[in-house]
Amino acid sequence: MAASAARQAADGRDEGHGEGDDAPGAAAPTAGAPPVAGPREAPVADPLVEYLLRLGDDRLVLGHRMSEWCGHGPILEEDIAMSNIALDLIGHASMLLGLAGEVEGDGRDADALAYFRDGVQYRNALMLELPNGDFGFTMVRQFLFDAWSVPCMDALSRCGEPRLAAIAAKILKEDTYHLRHSSEWVVRLGDGTAESHARAQASLDELWRYTGELFDRDAVDEAVAARHGIVVDHGALAAQWRALVTDVAQRATLTLPADGPMRRGGRKGRHTEALGHMLATMQSVARAHPGATW
Amino acid sequence: MDAADGALRPDDGQWPLWEVFTQGAHGEPFEHAGSVHAPDAELALQNARDVYTRRGEAVNLWVVPSHAIVASAPGDAGPFFDPGNDKPYRHPQFYKVPRGVRVF
Repeated sequence: MAASAARQAADGRDEGHGEGDDAPGAAAPTAGAPPVAGPREAPVADPLVEYLLRLGDDRLVLGHRMSEWCGHGPILEEDIAMSNIALDLIGHASMLLGLAGEVEGDGRDADALAYFRDGVQYRNALMLELPNGDFGFTMVRQFLFDAWSVPCMDALSRCGEPRLAAIAAKILKEDTYHLRHSSEWVVRLGDGTAESHARAQASLDELWRYTGELFDRDAVDEAVAARHGIVVDHGALAAQWRALVTDVAQRATLTLPADGPMRRGGRKGRHTEALGHMLATMQSVARAHPGATW
Repeated sequence: MDAADGALRPDDGQWPLWEVFTQGAHGEPFEHAGSVHAPDAELALQNARDVYTRRGEAVNLWVVPSHAIVASAPGDAGPFFDPGNDKPYRHPQFYKVPRGVRVF
């Protein structure tokens, strides 16, 4: 712990923050500068914060991945559509991470959480940080996420935490559109040419092992259900997702892979190698000029 | 070569073209906003929503295959639209409108 705090002070990133960082768990803001880097291995004391980080990080990471298509879409209309989706997702992340920072009460806002946490502190599901691959991979991954997100946000819009419920209701409208967009593309790619079908099927086969993580339930879920009334019936959620995915796969003439061992670890900060590279790009400007405004 | 909706596929290798009309507020006339390419009606609607309603410009949307629109030719402008300024008897301008009658 002490070694990492010393490294943090020595790399020159935190102007004025270096001296205060000897105690683990202490973020020492200099007067006037926004507190930015939390300690690297601080245990998360509040399950609600952890829960909100999971939801927010999902969307921040997926939103960034989607934004990588900007300027590279297969046709102009689709380039704009994917950029719109990316903006929506980042907007959702902003709301969720903002609430997380508010609940945490340490003065970290959405920007501080987005730009000054390292990969090990990110709590997104692994499926969302995977590189975009081809258009089919992006659309299948988006569809698998949207099919989970819509019933999940629908349940959360009725949960016992009023601020989260309000955010979830807002997110639900945009997610409903995303689901329509991604499901229509999966159908057209699957039930398309031989090449699009083969690529879509290969993407589905590769992504399937990442879908189990979306439905995991652990101590954090139990805690927010008990303490904050945030109750999501994971069994019902999985059934709704399964029904949606089966229906679309059938219309797309795609075969659902058999369930096998699932990749997990994102919820505990154990990520694939892809996340580090992505964050390095995403965070580079903010870290080079902490506290900058324009 | 005809597509499923009867559209003649253009030779430039693009998807069929659709004209987009947006309604700014309920009750307002639909206005032509531009065009999008799309392979079918559902994606045309989505593409139009993504391209032409990004900044809250619409509450309602129509998309029409471009080939379905019958338009007047520029050469018709004279015979069709010449307002006939030299034909005052074609316009109802000789009535005195009583006060209190709303003129649209």
